[in-house]
Amino acid sequence: MKALLKILTSAVLAFGFAYQVSATPVDTYQFKNAANQEHAMQLARSLRCPQCQNQDIVDSNSPVAKDLRMEVYKMVDAGKSDSEIIEFMTSRYGEFVLYKPRLETKTYILWLGPVALLLFGALVAFIFIRKQRSHAEKPAELSAEEQQQLAELLKQHK
Amino acid sequence: MKKLILFIPLVLFLVMGIFLYRGLYLNPQQLDSALEGKPVPEFRLSKLEDAKTMISNHDLKGQVYIMNVWATWCPSCKYEHPYLLQLARQNIVPIYGINYRDQRGLAVQELTRQGDPYTLNIFDPDGKLGLDLGVYGAPESFIVDHNGIIRFRYAGPVDMRVWNETIYPLVKQLQQEAATAQQGNATQGKAS
Repeated sequence: MKALLKILTSAVLAFGFAYQVSATPVDTYQFKNAANQEHAMQLARSLRCPQCQNQDIVDSNSPVAKDLRMEVYKMVDAGKSDSEIIEFMTSRYGEFVLYKPRLETKTYILWLGPVALLLFGALVAFIFIRKQRSHAEKPAELSAEEQQQLAELLKQHK
Repeated sequence: MKKLILFIPLVLFLVMGIFLYRGLYLNPQQLDSALEGKPVPEFRLSKLEDAKTMISNHDLKGQVYIMNVWATWCPSCKYEHPYLLQLARQNIVPIYGINYRDQRGLAVQELTRQGDPYTLNIFDPDGKLGLDLGVYGAPESFIVDHNGIIRFRYAGPVDMRVWNETIYPLVKQLQQEAATAQQGNATQGKAS
Protein backbone atom coordinates (compact mmCIF):
# COMPACT_ATOMS: atom_id res chain seq x y z
CA MET A 1 0.00 0.00 0.00
CA LYS A 2 2.76 2.38 0.98
CA ALA A 3 4.75 1.50 -2.12
CA LEU A 4 1.74 2.18 -4.32
CA LEU A 5 1.22 5.54 -2.67
CA LYS A 6 4.85 6.39 -3.30
CA ILE A 7 4.58 5.53 -6.98
CA LEU A 8 1.40 7.54 -7.32
CA THR A 9 2.86 10.61 -5.67
CA SER A 10 5.98 10.54 -7.80
CA ALA A 11 3.90 10.11 -10.94
CA VAL A 12 1.76 13.11 -10.05
CA LEU A 13 4.85 15.17 -9.27
CA ALA A 14 6.53 14.16 -12.51
CA PHE A 15 3.47 15.16 -14.52
CA GLY A 16 3.25 18.44 -12.68
CA PHE A 17 6.83 19.36 -13.47
CA ALA A 18 6.59 18.23 -17.07
CA TYR A 19 3.54 20.41 -17.54
CA GLN A 20 5.25 23.46 -16.10
CA VAL A 21 8.28 22.99 -18.31
CA SER A 22 6.32 22.72 -21.55
CA ALA A 23 3.98 25.60 -20.79
CA THR A 24 5.74 28.63 -22.31
CA PRO A 25 6.91 28.87 -25.91
CA VAL A 26 9.97 30.93 -26.76
CA ASP A 27 9.32 34.24 -28.45
CA THR A 28 11.48 37.30 -28.61
CA TYR A 29 8.86 39.76 -27.63
CA GLN A 30 9.33 42.07 -24.66
CA PHE A 31 6.07 42.86 -22.94
CA LYS A 32 5.57 46.07 -21.01
CA ASN A 33 4.57 44.12 -17.92
CA ALA A 34 3.81 40.63 -16.72
CA ALA A 35 0.06 41.20 -16.54
CA ASN A 36 0.00 42.16 -20.24
CA GLN A 37 2.02 39.08 -21.07
CA GLU A 38 -0.32 36.75 -19.28
CA HIS A 39 -3.37 38.40 -20.78
CA ALA A 40 -1.96 38.39 -24.32
CA MET A 41 -0.96 34.73 -24.06
CA GLN A 42 -4.39 33.81 -22.84
CA LEU A 43 -6.04 35.71 -25.69
CA ALA A 44 -3.68 34.26 -28.29
CA ARG A 45 -4.44 30.77 -27.04
CA SER A 46 -8.10 31.31 -27.85
CA LEU A 47 -7.28 32.04 -31.50
CA ARG A 48 -6.81 29.31 -34.05
CA CYS A 49 -4.01 29.26 -36.59
CA PRO A 50 -5.49 29.45 -40.11
CA GLN A 51 -2.57 27.55 -41.62
CA CYS A 52 -2.10 24.53 -39.36
CA GLN A 53 -5.64 24.19 -38.16
CA ASN A 54 -6.18 22.66 -34.73
CA GLN A 55 -3.25 24.50 -33.24
CA ASP A 56 -3.68 27.82 -31.54
CA ILE A 57 -1.48 30.69 -32.68
CA VAL A 58 0.82 30.38 -29.66
CA ASP A 59 1.35 26.70 -30.29
CA SER A 60 1.97 26.87 -34.02
CA ASN A 61 5.28 27.46 -35.73
CA SER A 62 3.87 28.59 -39.06
CA PRO A 63 4.84 32.10 -40.19
CA VAL A 64 1.26 33.30 -40.28
CA ALA A 65 0.70 32.14 -36.68
CA LYS A 66 3.82 34.02 -35.64
CA ASP A 67 2.57 37.17 -37.38
CA LEU A 68 -0.79 36.88 -35.73
CA ARG A 69 0.56 36.30 -32.25
CA MET A 70 2.98 39.21 -32.58
CA GLU A 71 0.02 41.31 -33.66
CA VAL A 72 -1.94 40.19 -30.59
CA TYR A 73 1.03 40.93 -28.29
CA LYS A 74 1.52 44.37 -29.80
CA MET A 75 -2.15 45.24 -29.60
CA VAL A 76 -2.40 44.13 -25.97
CA ASP A 77 0.65 46.20 -25.10
CA ALA A 78 -0.89 49.15 -26.92
CA GLY A 79 -3.85 48.87 -24.59
CA LYS A 80 -6.41 47.64 -27.12
CA SER A 81 -9.44 45.85 -25.76
CA ASP A 82 -10.12 42.16 -26.32
CA SER A 83 -13.09 42.86 -28.57
CA GLU A 84 -10.98 45.19 -30.72
CA ILE A 85 -8.30 42.54 -31.13
CA ILE A 86 -10.83 39.83 -31.93
CA GLU A 87 -12.50 42.17 -34.42
CA PHE A 88 -9.10 42.76 -36.06
CA MET A 89 -8.56 39.02 -36.42
CA THR A 90 -12.03 38.05 -37.60
CA SER A 91 -12.24 40.88 -40.14
CA ARG A 92 -9.15 39.39 -41.82
CA TYR A 93 -9.33 35.68 -41.19
CA GLY A 94 -13.02 35.17 -40.53
CA GLU A 95 -14.94 33.59 -37.68
CA PHE A 96 -12.84 30.53 -38.27
CA VAL A 97 -10.01 31.77 -36.04
CA LEU A 98 -12.20 31.85 -32.96
CA TYR A 99 -12.02 28.63 -31.01
CA LYS A 100 -15.17 29.71 -29.24
CA PRO A 101 -17.67 30.86 -31.85
CA ARG A 102 -19.78 33.89 -31.04
CA LEU A 103 -23.46 33.53 -30.28
CA GLU A 104 -25.33 34.93 -33.29
CA THR A 105 -28.05 33.89 -35.73
CA LYS A 106 -25.65 31.77 -37.74
CA THR A 107 -24.38 29.87 -34.71
CA TYR A 108 -27.65 29.39 -32.83
CA ILE A 109 -27.89 25.78 -33.96
CA LEU A 110 -24.35 25.18 -32.74
CA TRP A 111 -24.89 26.66 -29.29
CA LEU A 112 -28.52 25.77 -28.71
CA GLY A 113 -28.67 22.50 -30.67
CA PRO A 114 -27.38 20.30 -27.82
CA VAL A 115 -29.78 21.90 -25.33
CA ALA A 116 -32.66 21.42 -27.77
CA LEU A 117 -31.70 17.78 -28.31
CA LEU A 118 -31.47 17.22 -24.56
CA LEU A 119 -34.90 18.74 -24.01
CA PHE A 120 -36.30 16.67 -26.86
CA GLY A 121 -34.82 13.52 -25.31
CA ALA A 122 -36.25 14.42 -21.91
CA LEU A 123 -39.67 14.99 -23.46
CA VAL A 124 -39.59 11.64 -25.25
CA ALA A 125 -38.46 9.87 -22.07
CA PHE A 126 -41.22 11.57 -20.09
CA ILE A 127 -43.91 10.53 -22.56
CA PHE A 128 -42.63 6.96 -22.67
CA ILE A 129 -42.50 6.59 -18.92
CA ARG A 130 -45.99 7.98 -18.47
CA LYS A 131 -47.33 5.69 -21.13
CA GLN A 132 -45.74 2.64 -19.60
CA ARG A 133 -47.06 3.54 -16.18
CA SER A 134 -50.64 3.87 -17.41
CA HIS A 135 -50.26 0.57 -19.29
CA ALA A 136 -49.02 -1.15 -16.16
CA GLU A 137 -51.92 0.12 -14.10
CA LYS A 138 -54.71 -0.85 -16.47
CA PRO A 139 -54.76 -4.65 -16.00
CA ALA A 140 -55.04 -4.20 -12.27
CA GLU A 141 -58.54 -2.82 -12.62
CA LEU A 142 -61.19 -5.48 -13.35
CA SER A 143 -64.66 -4.67 -14.44
CA ALA A 144 -67.58 -5.84 -12.30
CA GLU A 145 -68.21 -8.67 -14.74
CA GLU A 146 -64.60 -9.82 -14.55
CA GLN A 147 -64.69 -9.64 -10.77
CA GLN A 148 -67.65 -11.95 -10.75
CA GLN A 149 -65.95 -14.40 -13.10
CA LEU A 150 -62.91 -14.39 -10.92
CA ALA A 151 -64.95 -15.05 -7.82
CA GLU A 152 -66.68 -17.98 -9.51
CA LEU A 153 -63.41 -19.47 -10.66
CA LEU A 154 -62.00 -19.19 -7.21
CA LYS A 155 -65.07 -20.83 -5.76
CA GLN A 156 -64.82 -23.75 -8.22
CA HIS A 157 -61.22 -24.48 -7.36
CA LYS A 158 -61.66 -24.45 -3.63
CA MET B 1 -50.09 8.42 -36.54
CA LYS B 2 -48.49 6.85 -33.48
CA LYS B 3 -46.40 4.64 -35.72
CA LEU B 4 -45.17 7.74 -37.56
CA ILE B 5 -43.87 9.23 -34.34
CA LEU B 6 -41.62 6.20 -33.95
CA PHE B 7 -39.86 7.24 -37.15
CA ILE B 8 -38.76 10.62 -35.80
CA PRO B 9 -35.45 9.31 -34.40
CA LEU B 10 -34.66 7.62 -37.69
CA VAL B 11 -35.38 10.81 -39.63
CA LEU B 12 -33.22 12.82 -37.22
CA PHE B 13 -30.46 10.29 -37.58
CA LEU B 14 -30.63 10.39 -41.38
CA VAL B 15 -30.60 14.18 -41.51
CA MET B 16 -27.56 14.33 -39.25
CA GLY B 17 -25.92 11.47 -41.10
CA ILE B 18 -26.25 13.20 -44.47
CA PHE B 19 -25.03 16.49 -42.97
CA LEU B 20 -21.95 14.89 -41.42
CA TYR B 21 -21.26 12.69 -44.45
CA ARG B 22 -21.11 15.79 -46.62
CA GLY B 23 -18.77 17.33 -44.08
CA LEU B 24 -16.34 14.47 -44.59
CA TYR B 25 -15.71 15.61 -48.14
CA LEU B 26 -15.33 19.32 -47.50
CA ASN B 27 -11.81 20.61 -47.75
CA PRO B 28 -10.93 22.17 -44.40
CA GLN B 29 -8.12 24.15 -46.05
CA GLN B 30 -10.62 25.91 -48.31
CA LEU B 31 -11.68 28.68 -45.98
CA ASP B 32 -14.13 31.37 -46.93
CA SER B 33 -12.30 34.63 -47.04
CA ALA B 34 -13.57 37.22 -44.59
CA LEU B 35 -12.73 39.84 -47.20
CA GLU B 36 -15.11 38.76 -49.92
CA GLY B 37 -17.45 41.68 -50.49
CA LYS B 38 -15.04 44.13 -48.90
CA PRO B 39 -12.74 46.61 -50.64
CA VAL B 40 -9.05 45.87 -51.16
CA PRO B 41 -7.30 47.06 -47.99
CA GLU B 42 -5.41 50.34 -48.03
CA PHE B 43 -1.73 49.88 -48.74
CA ARG B 44 1.26 51.78 -49.97
CA LEU B 45 4.13 49.53 -50.96
CA SER B 46 6.98 49.70 -53.40
CA LYS B 47 7.12 48.10 -56.81
CA LEU B 48 9.09 44.87 -56.81
CA GLU B 49 11.48 45.89 -59.57
CA ASP B 50 11.95 49.43 -58.33
CA ALA B 51 12.07 50.32 -54.63
CA LYS B 52 11.44 54.02 -55.37
CA THR B 53 8.12 53.61 -57.17
CA MET B 54 5.27 53.37 -54.71
CA ILE B 55 1.98 51.64 -55.47
CA SER B 56 -1.25 52.07 -53.54
CA ASN B 57 -4.62 50.36 -53.75
CA HIS B 58 -6.00 53.41 -55.61
CA ASP B 59 -3.61 52.80 -58.50
CA LEU B 60 -5.16 49.43 -59.23
CA LYS B 61 -8.78 50.52 -59.23
CA GLY B 62 -11.03 50.88 -62.27
CA GLN B 63 -11.01 47.46 -63.87
CA VAL B 64 -11.45 43.82 -63.04
CA TYR B 65 -8.15 42.27 -61.97
CA ILE B 66 -6.60 39.32 -60.19
CA MET B 67 -4.21 39.73 -57.28
CA ASN B 68 -1.90 36.78 -56.95
CA VAL B 69 0.06 36.30 -53.73
CA TRP B 70 3.34 34.53 -54.43
CA ALA B 71 6.87 34.01 -53.14
CA THR B 72 10.06 32.30 -54.22
CA TRP B 73 10.01 30.08 -51.11
CA CYS B 74 6.65 28.62 -52.06
CA PRO B 75 6.68 25.39 -54.09
CA SER B 76 3.02 25.58 -55.11
CA CYS B 77 3.72 29.01 -56.61
CA LYS B 78 6.36 27.43 -58.85
CA TYR B 79 3.78 24.85 -59.85
CA GLU B 80 1.20 27.47 -60.83
CA HIS B 81 3.70 29.79 -62.51
CA PRO B 82 3.60 28.28 -66.03
CA TYR B 83 -0.17 28.42 -66.04
CA LEU B 84 -0.13 32.07 -64.99
CA LEU B 85 2.26 32.77 -67.86
CA GLN B 86 -0.16 31.10 -70.23
CA LEU B 87 -3.03 33.20 -68.86
CA ALA B 88 -0.98 36.37 -69.19
CA ARG B 89 -0.36 35.60 -72.85
CA GLN B 90 -4.11 35.25 -73.45
CA ASN B 91 -4.50 38.77 -72.09
CA ILE B 92 -7.90 38.24 -70.50
CA VAL B 93 -7.44 40.03 -67.24
CA PRO B 94 -4.48 41.82 -65.64
CA ILE B 95 -2.71 39.80 -62.94
CA TYR B 96 -1.10 41.85 -60.20
CA GLY B 97 1.49 40.02 -58.15
CA ILE B 98 1.99 40.46 -54.44
CA ASN B 99 5.44 39.25 -53.57
CA TYR B 100 4.81 38.02 -50.06
CA ARG B 101 7.51 37.84 -47.34
CA ASP B 102 10.27 37.49 -49.87
CA GLN B 103 13.59 39.01 -50.84
CA ARG B 104 13.58 41.51 -53.64
CA GLY B 105 16.69 40.17 -55.36
CA LEU B 106 15.54 36.57 -55.31
CA ALA B 107 12.09 37.45 -56.57
CA VAL B 108 13.36 39.56 -59.48
CA GLN B 109 15.82 36.82 -60.40
CA GLU B 110 13.05 34.23 -60.38
CA LEU B 111 10.89 36.33 -62.71
CA THR B 112 13.70 36.98 -65.19
CA ARG B 113 14.52 33.28 -65.27
CA GLN B 114 11.02 31.80 -65.38
CA GLY B 115 9.13 34.60 -67.12
CA ASP B 116 6.91 37.31 -65.69
CA PRO B 117 3.13 36.88 -65.91
CA TYR B 118 2.41 39.94 -63.78
CA THR B 119 1.24 43.29 -65.09
CA LEU B 120 2.69 44.78 -61.94
CA ASN B 121 4.37 43.39 -58.87
CA ILE B 122 3.90 44.72 -55.38
CA PHE B 123 6.67 44.04 -52.88
CA ASP B 124 5.37 43.06 -49.44
CA PRO B 125 8.42 41.86 -47.49
CA ASP B 126 6.86 42.02 -44.00
CA GLY B 127 3.59 40.44 -45.07
CA LYS B 128 1.67 43.53 -43.97
CA LEU B 129 -0.63 43.59 -46.95
CA GLY B 130 -0.81 39.82 -46.68
CA LEU B 131 -2.03 40.12 -43.11
CA ASP B 132 -4.65 42.70 -44.09
CA LEU B 133 -5.80 40.39 -46.87
CA GLY B 134 -6.08 37.45 -44.49
CA VAL B 135 -3.45 35.47 -46.40
CA TYR B 136 -2.51 32.29 -44.59
CA GLY B 137 -0.25 30.69 -47.15
CA ALA B 138 0.86 31.28 -50.70
CA PRO B 139 -0.33 31.04 -53.38
CA GLU B 140 -3.64 32.79 -53.03
CA SER B 141 -5.58 34.60 -55.74
CA PHE B 142 -8.05 37.40 -55.18
CA ILE B 143 -10.50 38.44 -57.85
CA VAL B 144 -11.34 42.12 -57.63
CA ASP B 145 -14.12 43.93 -59.48
CA HIS B 146 -14.03 47.35 -61.16
CA ASN B 147 -15.05 49.06 -57.92
CA GLY B 148 -12.07 47.61 -56.09
CA ILE B 149 -14.20 45.13 -54.14
CA ILE B 150 -12.79 41.65 -53.51
CA ARG B 151 -15.32 39.21 -54.92
CA PHE B 152 -13.58 35.90 -54.50
CA ARG B 153 -10.49 34.41 -52.93
CA TYR B 154 -8.95 31.19 -54.12
CA ALA B 155 -6.38 29.60 -51.82
CA GLY B 156 -4.03 27.21 -53.58
CA PRO B 157 -2.41 26.99 -57.00
CA VAL B 158 -4.48 28.01 -60.00
CA ASP B 159 -4.48 25.40 -62.74
CA MET B 160 -6.56 24.80 -65.82
CA ARG B 161 -9.41 23.18 -63.93
CA VAL B 162 -9.69 25.88 -61.27
CA TRP B 163 -9.47 28.55 -63.94
CA ASN B 164 -12.11 27.06 -66.22
CA GLU B 165 -14.54 26.02 -63.51
CA THR B 166 -14.27 28.79 -60.96
CA ILE B 167 -12.20 31.80 -61.81
CA TYR B 168 -12.86 32.43 -65.49
CA PRO B 169 -16.69 32.37 -65.25
CA LEU B 170 -16.52 34.90 -62.42
CA VAL B 171 -14.02 37.12 -64.26
CA LYS B 172 -16.28 37.12 -67.33
CA GLN B 173 -19.30 37.99 -65.22
CA LEU B 174 -17.45 40.83 -63.47
CA GLN B 175 -16.13 42.23 -66.74
CA GLN B 176 -19.69 42.24 -68.04
CA GLU B 177 -20.82 44.07 -64.91
CA ALA B 178 -18.06 46.61 -65.46
CA ALA B 179 -19.05 47.07 -69.09
CA THR B 180 -22.72 47.65 -68.29
CA ALA B 181 -21.77 50.08 -65.52
CA GLN B 182 -19.63 52.00 -67.99
CA GLN B 183 -22.41 52.07 -70.57
CA GLY B 184 -24.79 53.34 -67.91
CA ASN B 185 -22.37 56.12 -67.08
CA ALA B 186 -21.92 57.00 -70.74
CA THR B 187 -25.68 57.32 -71.41
CA GLN B 188 -26.09 59.32 -68.24
CA GLY B 189 -23.30 61.61 -69.40
CA LYS B 190 -25.05 62.14 -72.76
CA ALA B 191 -28.42 62.85 -71.15
CA SER B 192 -27.04 65.52 -68.87
